[in-house]
Amino acid sequence: MHPIVELIICAFLLLGGLFVLLGSWGLLRLPDFYTRLHTPTKATTLGLAGLLIASMIHFSLLEQRLSIHELLITLFLLITAPVSAHMLAKSALHHRVRMQKVTQGQHLAESAREREGPG
Amino acid sequence: MSPNDTQRRGIRRWLPMPVQSLILFGVWLLLNNSLAPGQLLLAALLALAIPLLVAPLQQAQPPVRRHGLALSYTLKVLYDIVVANFQVAIRVLGPSSRLKPAWIAVPLDIEGALPITLLASTISLTPGTVSAELSEDAKWLYVHVLDLDDEQALIAQIKQRYEQPLKEIFGC
Repeated sequence: MHPIVELIICAFLLLGGLFVLLGSWGLLRLPDFYTRLHTPTKATTLGLAGLLIASMIHFSLLEQRLSIHELLITLFLLITAPVSAHMLAKSALHHRVRMQKVTQGQHLAESAREREGPG
Repeated sequence: MSPNDTQRRGIRRWLPMPVQSLILFGVWLLLNNSLAPGQLLLAALLALAIPLLVAPLQQAQPPVRRHGLALSYTLKVLYDIVVANFQVAIRVLGPSSRLKPAWIAVPLDIEGALPITLLASTISLTPGTVSAELSEDAKWLYVHVLDLDDEQALIAQIKQRYEQPLKEIFGC
């Protein structure tokens, strides 16, 4: 394989790895459940995209044919990630999982539990 | 009834979900990463059989009116995911005491299960915001924000950047 191609693959792998690491780092150090929920759904999306692009380039060139079934992982991730994040946030909300004191608009969380409009 | 209508009804009878059939066909070929004749045949069979089985479970959803806009909306959301990922990464790296988490309530103009689901999913996918609950009358969407600067600006941005195009796509 051409060294420049290898370099590109490495760049994508590193970018992907960096974002997955950042996602886990955020999960570890953010203060409460709701803020932690933001990192795995987000940073991981881009991290995985980097890894999958690297995989597509690598295997397409290695096997000399188009290898794009990684796109399916992206598709499924884009469908499942927001749904699972929504369900986790929703159940945490209804179980009154502790939130940070500095969280603004806590009265909104109260009306959200009642599934009413804010007011 | 014109012969054309009868014909269309016949197609509907055997191909109740044409778009989903096409997606199934593509997904099967991608799963196997192959265009071998056997796989093509199997993909066609599945694409015909599965919609016939699940069509009765389908609930009526508003049809997509503007396909071009739907495509550009998808690209815009993908772009936003990439850009916002960097912003969240920077915020996660900074001191967490500087974060200003908040709940906001977004008033909804769109209606229907599918458009609201798409809007809520878009909000959850774009970093910094997670949709958490929908009011019973489906008029308010509650969103948790990782770092809120200006509540009104964020609500206006969600409404203008995501809700408006969705409204036009589904014509509701």
